[in-house]
Amino acid sequence: MKRCLPIFISLFVLGTSIAVRAETDAEVRARKDALDVAGAFSNDGFKIRDGHWCGVVKPHEHALVAVNLYAGNQYWFSAGAVEPVKKIAVSVYDETGKQVTTESYNNGEKAAAGFSPANSGQYFVSVDLVEGEEGSFCLVYSYK
Amino acid sequence: MHLAKLGIVALLMAVFAATGAAETEHLSADQLAKAVSSDSISIPTPGELFAALGKTGKTNWSGQYRGPMPVTYRNRAQIALNLGGLIADGFIAVEAKDSQQVKNIGSDIIKLAKALGVSEKLLSRGNSINEFAENNEWDTLQEELEATQNEVKSSMQSHADQDLVILVTLGGWIRGTQVVTSAIMQNYDEHSAKVLRQPALVHFMQSKINEISSELRGEPLVKDVSEQLGEIEKLVSFPPGKAPTVDEVRKINKAVGKAMEEIESKELPK
Repeated sequence: MKRCLPIFISLFVLGTSIAVRAETDAEVRARKDALDVAGAFSNDGFKIRDGHWCGVVKPHEHALVAVNLYAGNQYWFSAGAVEPVKKIAVSVYDETGKQVTTESYNNGEKAAAGFSPANSGQYFVSVDLVEGEEGSFCLVYSYK
Repeated sequence: MHLAKLGIVALLMAVFAATGAAETEHLSADQLAKAVSSDSISIPTPGELFAALGKTGKTNWSGQYRGPMPVTYRNRAQIALNLGGLIADGFIAVEAKDSQQVKNIGSDIIKLAKALGVSEKLLSRGNSINEFAENNEWDTLQEELEATQNEVKSSMQSHADQDLVILVTLGGWIRGTQVVTSAIMQNYDEHSAKVLRQPALVHFMQSKINEISSELRGEPLVKDVSEQLGEIEKLVSFPPGKAPTVDEVRKINKAVGKAMEEIESKELPK
């Protein structure tokens, strides 16, 4: 039995690490909502990137991701979240941390921000919890 | 589904009216430092770069083609770098709306990917690329190319080849930048040149290369390209709002061209 213990521990650790990396059901649902929002912009010629970022929104804490954008393109960042999150917001900051002016869409647990960068370079997209409690979200973006 | 989309658009229009009233906020350096960066969302595709260039005028995309490349490389790092470059070539052919070129490149992508032993699922991607090219479905082709790139990367991850993933990305970025600088040099205007400002992106790729195994990092080709990337980072670091001059664009083109030449060469550096 003692000999087997390290094997069981290894299997447990392996299982846990796989579980950490795998997307949760909540994230899958949040991603579907984010894609629903982004899908609306497709009618206007925006192409959805085949990539996403999922995480957890917490009260009074920005969930921030770095993106690299090109001047001349237009972008929409669309996010979806699931219960117990009630309302989220998406905002964009330039490389100095200054918030940029965006068009915004907010509908409870779905939100989006759109803008056309004047300068190419790094920007930061923030997903924030506005109402409700800590929960999963997912962000996708589209461009044209 | 269509009605649902229309509903969302209508809702969006209503919400836009309320835009602009929010107070702007400033994030601290500490907050920015904690931002997540990931290959799947922080690194733009070659298609995004080409879309930005395409806005500023008529680009001669077919003039950016290169000759057929060997698909018989043996070194895995070199295959990964060339695979990224080929995917960028696929985006160029889509911009040129050249279905035969898309099919040729699609076939080369599959050959190179197979040499790395990545998923059999890619074969069906190759068929889809052919089908969409036959039907001139350019937007779908662009999505398919991005999906192919992501599938190559996820297959590498599941085959414990995650160190090669950044090389695919890097190869694509180098080839994309070579094409864009070449197009800008042919028809210079400040607006187009602004797309070349990407210091953080190059810095991120450099940091990812620093995370790969010391064995792979020590390979002559990877070492050389990584060293050149440090130089390229300086060349693409203009202040915000400043467009590089035609001479500065030429310098970037020369630097990425040199890296590309090494990546393509059958003679590996010693």
